[in-house]
Amino acid sequence: MAPPGPPSSSPADEPSEDPADGGAPRLHVVTGKGGTGKTTLAVALAVALADEGRRVLLCEVEGRQGLARLLGTAELPYEEVEVAEGAGGGQVVGLAVEPRAALLDYLDTFHGGVLGGRGRGGRASAVLDRAGAVDVIATVAPGLRDVLLIGKVYEAVLRTTTARGGSSATGTPVYDAVVLDAPPTGRITRFLGIGAELAQLAGGGPIAGRAASVAALLTSPRTAVHLVSLLEELPVTETAEAAAELRGAGLPLGAVVANRTLPGSSAPQAAPDDDVARALGQALGAAAGGDGLVAALVAQNRRRTAQVGEQERWRAELEALGRPVRSLPDLPGGVDLDGLYRLADHLVASPLLGSAR
Amino acid sequence: MSAGGWDVDALLDDPGTEVLVCCGSGGVGKTTTAAAIALRAAERGRRVAVLTVDPARRLAQALGTDAAGAPDGQDDDGPAPDEPRRVPGVDTSAGGSLDALVLDARRTLDGLVDAALPPQRAAAVKANPVYTSLATSFSGTQEYMAMERLGQLRAGRDAPGGWDLVVVDTPPSRSALDFLDAPARLAGFLDGRFARLLTAPARFAAGGAAGGAAAGSGPARGVRAAGGRVVGALAGGAAAAMDKVLGGRLLRDVQSLVAGLDEVFGGFRARAEATSAALQDARTAFVVVTAPEAEPLAEAAFLVERLRSSGLHPAAVVVNRAAGAAPGLDAGRAAAAAERLRSGPGAGEAELAAARALDLHVELVERVERERELVGALVAGSPATTTAVVPALDGDVADLGALRTVGGALAAG
Repeated sequence: MAPPGPPSSSPADEPSEDPADGGAPRLHVVTGKGGTGKTTLAVALAVALADEGRRVLLCEVEGRQGLARLLGTAELPYEEVEVAEGAGGGQVVGLAVEPRAALLDYLDTFHGGVLGGRGRGGRASAVLDRAGAVDVIATVAPGLRDVLLIGKVYEAVLRTTTARGGSSATGTPVYDAVVLDAPPTGRITRFLGIGAELAQLAGGGPIAGRAASVAALLTSPRTAVHLVSLLEELPVTETAEAAAELRGAGLPLGAVVANRTLPGSSAPQAAPDDDVARALGQALGAAAGGDGLVAALVAQNRRRTAQVGEQERWRAELEALGRPVRSLPDLPGGVDLDGLYRLADHLVASPLLGSAR
Repeated sequence: MSAGGWDVDALLDDPGTEVLVCCGSGGVGKTTTAAAIALRAAERGRRVAVLTVDPARRLAQALGTDAAGAPDGQDDDGPAPDEPRRVPGVDTSAGGSLDALVLDARRTLDGLVDAALPPQRAAAVKANPVYTSLATSFSGTQEYMAMERLGQLRAGRDAPGGWDLVVVDTPPSRSALDFLDAPARLAGFLDGRFARLLTAPARFAAGGAAGGAAAGSGPARGVRAAGGRVVGALAGGAAAAMDKVLGGRLLRDVQSLVAGLDEVFGGFRARAEATSAALQDARTAFVVVTAPEAEPLAEAAFLVERLRSSGLHPAAVVVNRAAGAAPGLDAGRAAAAAERLRSGPGAGEAELAAARALDLHVELVERVERERELVGALVAGSPATTTAVVPALDGDVADLGALRTVGGALAAG
């Protein structure tokens, strides 16, 4: 199945699935408060895009192996391995970006001959690794770790079939879309905005140059930062804070996802509780076992109505952020593989970018 | 769930329980559980301090730690939110009390720097751009500072009016294990080896030769492989490479920060080690908080094992927000009754509303069964684990009454 055409109804400032620069891959950054389901959304989004025929790279950068756990695969290595196939002929390729390996990768790509290379000294990565410095740099140098992680993602977005790490001006992009399971909302702006911070810290060193290129991609319309929230106080508050911070840093917002939306309506029922109770009693007959069961059924129904009403109030706060809000259903017991495909189906029917079909 | 359930009151009433650490993955209700346990202990007669991390606004208000609206997080008529404050409305008739505070990692770190260095040098350290980055974004600083704050709270326990129980909420980490691992990571950043590596290649090489066994495989291997003179060149080469890769200014900032912090953390490391040791003795109990879903439960099981293998004491797994359904009606009969209501002659508003109520019941019963399966698998996989299942409450847990309800559910669960 061919990728669908770009939805033309989107406002100019709203990122759409296929950006106007034609064929350029899109970077989807997925963030959310811990426990809201950002990893779940990242995986479901990657599967949904693959269902539409795209070749998708799905990256994680937190060392959690959350993608592998969700997909039920072996732990992901620091290399690109196919993890799922989309219904529409697309593919999901997984990659666990790990700072130490990313640093070695970076050093080999850009500083292979930093010490003169020919003959003595050898590769910068080897020298630093032998000195025990790679661990130290990759683990602790503030901000550097982030720029290494996001730098690897940046490289994957720009990679073409002809030039590794080259510009997308030549060759075909290797991936149609890259989905990043990013750090949580509390750290996201710093993580993505690290370019600017590091450029300042590093004062014009080569890492600072890299950071500037990364920042240019992240602030371009090819990037969309999606925010996952639950319809509860803390996640909604944090989502609003993150949206304001991201906007302030010039990072383009994608959709806001209201995860774990409960089914049901908050509208008051048309019939009085007494009549409903009578109907319940008649329908259940002897099973009703007295009024206790019927009263409990009425009470739990009233409770759900209140919960849905509460969720709708929090959803209105998300709507007020001015980005499209997409609901995903609450799946009992959490998301297993079946649940993941159900969520992906939701995202195919109602894409994060562009209008629902 | 009372069979094999948790006797939380026995634990709270035991004066030998001095520290309770609530840990678990993000978004499972750790802060609420910590606050509910602290309140229950206080109302049963303990003198309790509860250290919360990032509480919801309304919970913070209930605990009296909410300083929103006050400039710079400072309140005119009270201590900062990261200083213990008496919680109003607690029943003190059993002789207990409850104080609450919110972790502020930056202020805790600033306080350590101020206490260890003369004012001018403390100011220089705090003005270093890398310090700001370390204090606010290094993953591990929060955990390290929570540990430090716990140590400070415990240090005052013998004073009159001191606390005899400290309940600790842990930071919302990417992984629950971070609480155990992160302090070591931050200590690694600040240990002497890194300072030597960055500040003086010659000294670094000498240090590597003398302390090779302690310093890890990197420099030690280089030393053995190449001998003294070459090592000097290698370390110099590494410094040159780092200078080229990182850029000179970043390297200088990191160097001066590490040099400046060396004294601060010399004393702190010893105290952190003492705190870590205290976590291992029987006076400290860990409560693993989770939710009735596959991934948080798997994480909880993993955490319990990890605690045990580290010589720590997991007291119980608390499963928050469990679903409930009206007892006495299974899903099959509910679905059949809903069908009868919909297809019956003259199905009016009342019948349709009743059918929807039965649909909801089917959903809830399935939810309860699925959760029971998942929790059952956790218990089966880890038989020595006691669990307490806390039902989902209506709305946010935002006042002492709701916290008491959660505490009651813990005791009953």
